[in-house]
Amino acid sequence: MVLKAFFPTCCVSVDSGLLVGRWVPEHSSAVVLAVLHFPFIPIQVKQLLAQVRQASQVGVAVLGTWCHCRQEPEESLGRFLEGLGAVFPHEPWLQLRRERGGTFWSCEVTHRQAPAAPSVPGEDQVMLIFYDQRQVLLSQLHPPTVLPDRQAGATPASTGGLAAVFDTVARSEVLFRSDRFDEGPVRLSHWQSEGVEASILAELARRASGPVCLLLASLLSLVSAVGACRVFRLWPLSFLGSKLSTCEQLRHRLEHLTLIFSTRKAENSAQLMRKANTVASVLLDVALGLTLLSWLHGRSRIGHLADALVPVADHVAEELQHLLQWLMGAPAGLKMNRALDQVLGRFFLYHIHLWISYIHLMSPFVEHILWHVGLSACLGLTVALSLLSDIIALLTFHIYCFYVYGARLYCLKIHGLSSLWRLFRGKKWNVLRQRVDSCSYDLDQLFIGTLLFTILLFLLPTTALYYLVFTLLRLLVVAVQGLIHLLVDLINSLPLYSLGLRLCRPYRLAAGVKFRVLQHEAGRPLRLLMQINPLPYSRVMHTYRLPSCGCHPKDSWGALCRKLFFGELIYPWRQRGDKQD
Amino acid sequence: MVTRLPEAGLEPARRLGLAIAVKRGAVRCGRPSGGVMEDERSFSDICGGRLALQRRYYSPSCREFCLSCPRLSLRSLTAVTCTVWLAAYGLFTLCENSMILSAAIFITLLGLLGYLHFVKIDQETLLIIDSLGIQMTSSYASGKESTTFIEMGKVKDIVINEAIYMQKVIYYLCILLKDPVEPHRISQVVPVFQPQVTLEVMGDREDRQQVFGVPYGQAETQAR
Repeated sequence: MVLKAFFPTCCVSVDSGLLVGRWVPEHSSAVVLAVLHFPFIPIQVKQLLAQVRQASQVGVAVLGTWCHCRQEPEESLGRFLEGLGAVFPHEPWLQLRRERGGTFWSCEVTHRQAPAAPSVPGEDQVMLIFYDQRQVLLSQLHPPTVLPDRQAGATPASTGGLAAVFDTVARSEVLFRSDRFDEGPVRLSHWQSEGVEASILAELARRASGPVCLLLASLLSLVSAVGACRVFRLWPLSFLGSKLSTCEQLRHRLEHLTLIFSTRKAENSAQLMRKANTVASVLLDVALGLTLLSWLHGRSRIGHLADALVPVADHVAEELQHLLQWLMGAPAGLKMNRALDQVLGRFFLYHIHLWISYIHLMSPFVEHILWHVGLSACLGLTVALSLLSDIIALLTFHIYCFYVYGARLYCLKIHGLSSLWRLFRGKKWNVLRQRVDSCSYDLDQLFIGTLLFTILLFLLPTTALYYLVFTLLRLLVVAVQGLIHLLVDLINSLPLYSLGLRLCRPYRLAAGVKFRVLQHEAGRPLRLLMQINPLPYSRVMHTYRLPSCGCHPKDSWGALCRKLFFGELIYPWRQRGDKQD
Repeated sequence: MVTRLPEAGLEPARRLGLAIAVKRGAVRCGRPSGGVMEDERSFSDICGGRLALQRRYYSPSCREFCLSCPRLSLRSLTAVTCTVWLAAYGLFTLCENSMILSAAIFITLLGLLGYLHFVKIDQETLLIIDSLGIQMTSSYASGKESTTFIEMGKVKDIVINEAIYMQKVIYYLCILLKDPVEPHRISQVVPVFQPQVTLEVMGDREDRQQVFGVPYGQAETQAR
């Protein structure tokens, strides 16, 4: 196998010294982490490497020598460098050389022992791969490869060579902690040797986050304890709590806040990203909510809204009345059964009359209610939208009632018709065997059955028309509510932090790597530049999207159409833990 | 999609190095330049456009194949633009709303930009680095480059797959990836180069095998 030497780009023009890094024998790759400069005392170097090995669980060792000199190295230097191979025994021993100001490199590999099975006779091929140490350290490969073996130097052979390189650099952070201003026994060159990267704000935030998180976590636990108390388990409140989407959204947000302010540290990067995405989502929500609040409360818009609300509700009720009058006449030229028509029409008209009276009763309080609802926008735009969805549901409650009456009547009719149709043909439904069996009926059974069948059949158009009209109205309301829920879902689950990271620091989220072949000369080792290939936006969304409320329609389109045809009631959203009707 | 493939005997990288051997046809500039061996051949794709294949040998362990696809033809661009604008003008005479004309201009511009940025591939490059992996780069007409790198440990085999595309049989090179759970199964088939831009080489099966230098997938399949 070709020997691959991974060399950091920050060490390309440093002075001569020793190469410190890790050798991965399964992939025949040498990952150079830093360059140790002359002068040094070998004992101290070995002590430092032992410390680093223990702290980071990475098998760091001296891999070879690095020579960056003005002209061809003298004989004595060459012998000195070879002698170092005896002080720091490593198999194989690399000797990298570069002329000061030149572009081409040379590399020699010395094997101390003869290889057990000579694989390729002839010269050992070496490939130099340059990598940006800072980017490789900070980046996260997707899909993340789990390396279960954390012993020094042990890597399962099934993981790719590149995952091993990324893992090595990421775990050797302790090696990069000293910079050239430190008065240590050895002088290292790596990406942080010009000065360790740190930020005062980040440090202050880290110090302050401890007590703040503790305080907020205790407050939130108090709130959840109040919410979980027994009063809310009793029937009216628990029923309301499960039906209103506002309560669901508040519960969801409370979960998010508990996650953010929990005092437990995130164990791996996926949990950290989730926390960060949750924080970004909550901040966006609150920011949008406050914008909405300032817009609503400015220039007395709430007053205008409240003044407009009752006439709108009146107008809707009037339109419904016109619709019912139309149905009671000859709708679309169809001839209805007059008696049934009148009964159904009058029943629904009375219902609307009750509804209008109720709205007029509520009209003095509407402005106050709206004002307090507007205040809730400071909890977040999602809460305000959920409240809007609930208000729409409450205001169109009569449409829901009409739909339920129409659907039940139609459903009864359809079941009756199918059963009597079977009787008409001389069959019946065998409940035990769950199939249709033939059956011999008496003459009077057949007579009455056929009579009832005829009655139901000729009353079918009227019922079907009422059912159709009210189902369409109900579906319209459901569609409006669905759009609002979609928007709420979008705000809830958008991973803003990950998207921002992909935009501003694309090397942090890596889908893989890409190579570029650098200028090549015959006889010299091949040089490649390894760059991070960032994750595409679609995969960022897919990997890091936050879990949403879970209120998704459970029926497919086919099942929905079937339910509509047979008059079964449709519940577009099932909240978590609802029992099936 | 592919079934019953033969077992690979040779190392995939070395085998692909024999691929597209010089058999017949024009060979241009086969001289070394600065230590890199280069040569170029021209082909035609299944729609009749001209393709150029350029091979570069950097070192015994690193080879690059560059396929340049036919450029955007002025004729088709003019035809599409004229159609869209004539349709918009027709609608304008019906509706007397000048917004339609502005909308048509916007649609044409955005459509052209989108086509150049997301659809039209100018050049495809295949870089094979021994014992490291295979890298495929597509550069689009707007300058965007999208790169995929497959590690050598994941590559099971490189074969030519026969597929039936409408009324003809086309041959395309594809990489078979190993299943991470079960090493004997194939998890994914990755076509190298766009399927539309497939080299159409005339001749019989043995000829084609000699040209490409790799064995066939034994099952013939329907193109998607």
